[in-house]
Amino acid sequence: MSADFVAGGQDLELESIRKEFPGFVAVDDLDLKIPAGEFFALLGPSGCGKTTTLRMIAGLETPSAGRILIGGNDVTDQKPHQRPVNTVFQNYALFPHMSVEENVAFGLKQRKVDNPQQRAQAALEMVELQHLAARRPQQLSGGQQQRVALARALVNRPALLLLDEPLGALDLKLRRQMQIELKAIQMEVGLTFLHVTHDQEEAMDMADTVAVMNHGHIEQMGAPEALYDRPKTAFVARFLGQSNIFVGEVAEADDAKLAINFKGNRLAAPAARVQKTKGKVAIGVRPEKTSFHPEKPASDPAVNILGRGTITDIRFTGVSNQYQIEIPEVGEITVFAQNVGKSPVVELGAEVWVSWKVEHSFGLADLPTGEEEVAE
Amino acid sequence: MKLSLGKYLLPTYVALTFAFLAIPIIYTFVFSFNDSIKSNIIWRGFTLDNWLDVCNQQEVCDAFGNSVIVAVSATVVATILGTMIAIALVRYRFRFRSATNLLLFLPLATPEVVMGAGLAAQFLDFGWQKGLPTVIIAHTMFTLSFVVVTVKARVATLDPALEEAGRDLYANAAQVFWRITFPLLLPGILAAAMLAFALSFDDFIITQFNSGAVDTFPKFVYTAAARGIPAEANVIGSFVFLVAIAIVLVVQIRSSRKQKKLITK
Repeated sequence: MSADFVAGGQDLELESIRKEFPGFVAVDDLDLKIPAGEFFALLGPSGCGKTTTLRMIAGLETPSAGRILIGGNDVTDQKPHQRPVNTVFQNYALFPHMSVEENVAFGLKQRKVDNPQQRAQAALEMVELQHLAARRPQQLSGGQQQRVALARALVNRPALLLLDEPLGALDLKLRRQMQIELKAIQMEVGLTFLHVTHDQEEAMDMADTVAVMNHGHIEQMGAPEALYDRPKTAFVARFLGQSNIFVGEVAEADDAKLAINFKGNRLAAPAARVQKTKGKVAIGVRPEKTSFHPEKPASDPAVNILGRGTITDIRFTGVSNQYQIEIPEVGEITVFAQNVGKSPVVELGAEVWVSWKVEHSFGLADLPTGEEEVAE
Repeated sequence: MKLSLGKYLLPTYVALTFAFLAIPIIYTFVFSFNDSIKSNIIWRGFTLDNWLDVCNQQEVCDAFGNSVIVAVSATVVATILGTMIAIALVRYRFRFRSATNLLLFLPLATPEVVMGAGLAAQFLDFGWQKGLPTVIIAHTMFTLSFVVVTVKARVATLDPALEEAGRDLYANAAQVFWRITFPLLLPGILAAAMLAFALSFDDFIITQFNSGAVDTFPKFVYTAAARGIPAEANVIGSFVFLVAIAIVLVVQIRSSRKQKKLITK
């Protein structure tokens, strides 16, 4: 690649970026730093401000306050065409009056790069569409259009590639396939990718770092495994997978663990996995870390036990079974059990006890709000 | 009985409708070949003279030339202005936007007599001599609304993400307009221009009020009707009709070819 191409990805820095629309704040003083060459996912429900954040980075939206830096350069006041950023749009936004090759070569021709056709061909080869270069976008399938959009952005070797829900319009199988390809391409080209999505599986599958966004700010940020294993807020615990959450007053707190009194039951979590040690605290556990037993398990300080309850619903989802267990006074608990052919009790209405290891508990910094269904 | 009635009734009805629509056109066309002397009402035999020497009757050609000048000028100005207004109305939020939207329909709803007389009074107020410029201004004004309405429909279906993609791919505002917005709006702009041209070319009422001594083609035909329309007028009428038909045919063939291409590829 010639000298006018960026050598590789650059880092992105958002300094208390803010966007106000009439009547509401879309992005609320957001700070973010993405290191060069990272695959970063901004994950959140619709309306959380993730797309607005992406549009401000692309220059398509003007921030109300704050600064945007790419590779250390302040681009806040630059127009979109002046920024070393390219975007894969949600519905691809391919130019219908141009061929596939003209679409891919568009950015190159704008910047007067040498041999735009050859470079466009090379980019199309990367996404395995070189044989369709002469076609119009509307003659391609959704998956092929997605690849053209990717090639059109990547061919410019931007310092930062923005992906706005790029796989949202594809069916599940194609989506999983594109996830693998996208990740492979990112590793190959070494560019910084910022991927905006509401699909938590997609974010966790591809990204090095995931930031969970809600109401215009980042709730929690980290490696996918860390986010899943140690959610810090009720929103993250519920948005990233499922959680059983219990709220009670702190009964004991020391260097090793924290325990709450939950409706007369003692539920503990390791001190290293809790965010808050005073007053009312929410303790949670993932359904697959939870198990149930036909007999009451022997009392053990390393195990949290709740019971007795009744199985009210069983769902077979393929690799695992999902059980709903209703415990009087406590509420409903979800348990996943691997479908390995030896599930203990499977009939509806069976009476069981629920337990999980204390080391799997996590303590949240906040309490669940009313909109989430929670055992309290 | 019932079946045969249905079988013949509809085709007969359709044939009669077409005859009703086509007879005046066919009459005009046929009588453009009439070997007429002064009035062109009685068939006197076939000749090509009218077609080969249209400007034999100088006034016919002058009037036609004036109509072309007016229609082309008004179309160019109205199409450029109208396209800009249409884009502004769809893409931007500004004060009096909805009022502008509403007011644009006013010329469509106002009787031409009222508009023509109003404009004539205005030009009189300004002390402007009536002539080609006043006709061009008047025609630009009344065709503008048609252009805006036609182009607006096209702008509304244009995905703003396409223009954003252009900006993202290093095109500045002007480049985005000429490489993305304009080519995608072009079919709508062309349709609007053709409509404006047709409306301007055959307008009589507004022209009558604002042209003074200048003759346009419709004005000439109207005046000539009293003493017998020369066959040269039939030639020009037929010619304009044939051009219009040719344009429609070319567009139809091109779009059906495009569709076939899309299917077979």
